[in-house]
Amino acid sequence: MTEPLSRDDVAHVAKLARLRLTEDELVRYTEQLGKILVHAQDLSSLDLHGVAPTAHPFGLVNVVRNDEVRASLDPAPVLAQAPDVEDGRFAVPRIVGEAP
Amino acid sequence: MKSALEIAAAVRGGQSALVAVEESLTAIRARNEELNVFLYVDEDGARAAAAHVDEQVRRGEDPGLLAGVPIALKDNLCTTGIPTTCSSKILEGWKPPYNATVVDRLVAQGAISMGKTNLDEFAMGSSTENSAFGPTRNPLDPARVPGGSSGGSAAAVASNMTPISLGSDTGGSIRQPAALCGLVGVKPTYGLVSRYGLIAFASSLDQIGPFAHSVSDAALLLEAIAGHDPLDSTSLPEPTPSLLAHVNDGVAGKRVAIVRELVDGADEDVVRAVNKAVETLKDAGATIVELSIPELHLGLSAYYLIAPAEASSNLARFDGVRFGNRIDGEDVTAMMEATRTAGFGAEVKRRIMLGTYALSAGYFDAYYGQALKVRTRMIEAFATAYQQVDMIIGATTPSVAFEFGSKTNDPMAMYLNDVFTIPTNLAGEATISVPFGTGEANLPIGVQLLGPGRSEARLFAAARVLEIADGRA
Repeated sequence: MTEPLSRDDVAHVAKLARLRLTEDELVRYTEQLGKILVHAQDLSSLDLHGVAPTAHPFGLVNVVRNDEVRASLDPAPVLAQAPDVEDGRFAVPRIVGEAP
Repeated sequence: MKSALEIAAAVRGGQSALVAVEESLTAIRARNEELNVFLYVDEDGARAAAAHVDEQVRRGEDPGLLAGVPIALKDNLCTTGIPTTCSSKILEGWKPPYNATVVDRLVAQGAISMGKTNLDEFAMGSSTENSAFGPTRNPLDPARVPGGSSGGSAAAVASNMTPISLGSDTGGSIRQPAALCGLVGVKPTYGLVSRYGLIAFASSLDQIGPFAHSVSDAALLLEAIAGHDPLDSTSLPEPTPSLLAHVNDGVAGKRVAIVRELVDGADEDVVRAVNKAVETLKDAGATIVELSIPELHLGLSAYYLIAPAEASSNLARFDGVRFGNRIDGEDVTAMMEATRTAGFGAEVKRRIMLGTYALSAGYFDAYYGQALKVRTRMIEAFATAYQQVDMIIGATTPSVAFEFGSKTNDPMAMYLNDVFTIPTNLAGEATISVPFGTGEANLPIGVQLLGPGRSEARLFAAARVLEIADGRA
């Protein structure tokens, strides 16, 4: 068995996933995720060279519809469910800094 | 409560649809507080829908296969204007602007939605203990879990609040609660039922399916919701199969494999039930063979990399921008972090991080990439088995319903509950769990019947043989 992931790994992954962890959570998740990954190591010992990966059970190809105009959702009820709206658009806090 | 078939026949014959609706509401009032089955009860909507069905009958129109039949919907199915939470705080109060395709199909077939049922948050769990709105209790023994993630939908039928319900099954989330609550539960062939409007957990594995007391009601409900949907690009193009017409076809001449890997490690009472089910099918004319499919042992590991990987991507959309709750922050990143940190529960965070890790640079090949290759091997192994037999039989769960808190502190112990149900999700094939006998504390045991894609009719027929032998019909 190789090493389960480190606390730094968990902190990094949490950052990528836009989650904030407390010290306690960091310790607990490191232990729990490590245990799950140790279990998953029965896969890494397999010789799967030459086996094609499967991402979808029936190997579907792209499905496209005819390029015809058709009705879609009315924007009003969609925007009515948003946390913040401005001028008929979703509003979010500042994304980039002020101009220097 | 009457069966769905009986209610539909009575309503078509002129009985008001309000009769079954009021019975359902009375049953919900009697036990919902104790069991925490429904997160939302749509009393007014149900009565209005019943009046509409009555009006159709008065006009001489056929309201459909499910005329006036009350149904419960897992709360990860979108319903226009009706709260849809996925049992998560992040979606608390959100009302979808559209219906899932299955909801539209139910309405078109005359079914009456009674409301939305509890689940493990975002369908991640095997006990409903991960719901942000408290666990659901097993109606057969309220000290025990109903299973999960579709625990609320299972409990709704087991407590006779509704005769049928819909759940979703990504790694066993219909079949495991069906087994633990003594019900028939179906994980249909991937693509048989549209996923449009099912809030995605792991898109290549998720499938909507029925819960019912009987094989016939389950077949009726699946027939009502199955079929191609242009709004789901993974939906199978073939026409809806005929299912109800085949439930009494029996198993004479069918070849059935008892697969060691789908029984090994189960409790003694479960093993005994599976063996008895095998004998029952043999007595009914099936040929029994013993098979070993060693690849099935790899299913759990592959699943707990693939499903979290897909979930980490699917759940990225819950960021406080377009729907659900928002916790403000000084900039957009801080807002998203605050929203997701407050909105997601512990298990959802665990799986998002596990999936993010499995997909991250440097680990992709070792974890996610390897799991996808195992998935190929799993599909090939099933295909080889189905060259020799028509179906496979095994246990649904390693044990009967367990007690609250017994697995909550050890995620791996909880995940092991799905060891027999996961392989079929990875292969995208059809599987039914049917109650057969009882075990510890007189609690029900579920037996699983597995077949290739689109073999539902054959599996229903075999399940019906077991149901009759078990004295359930």
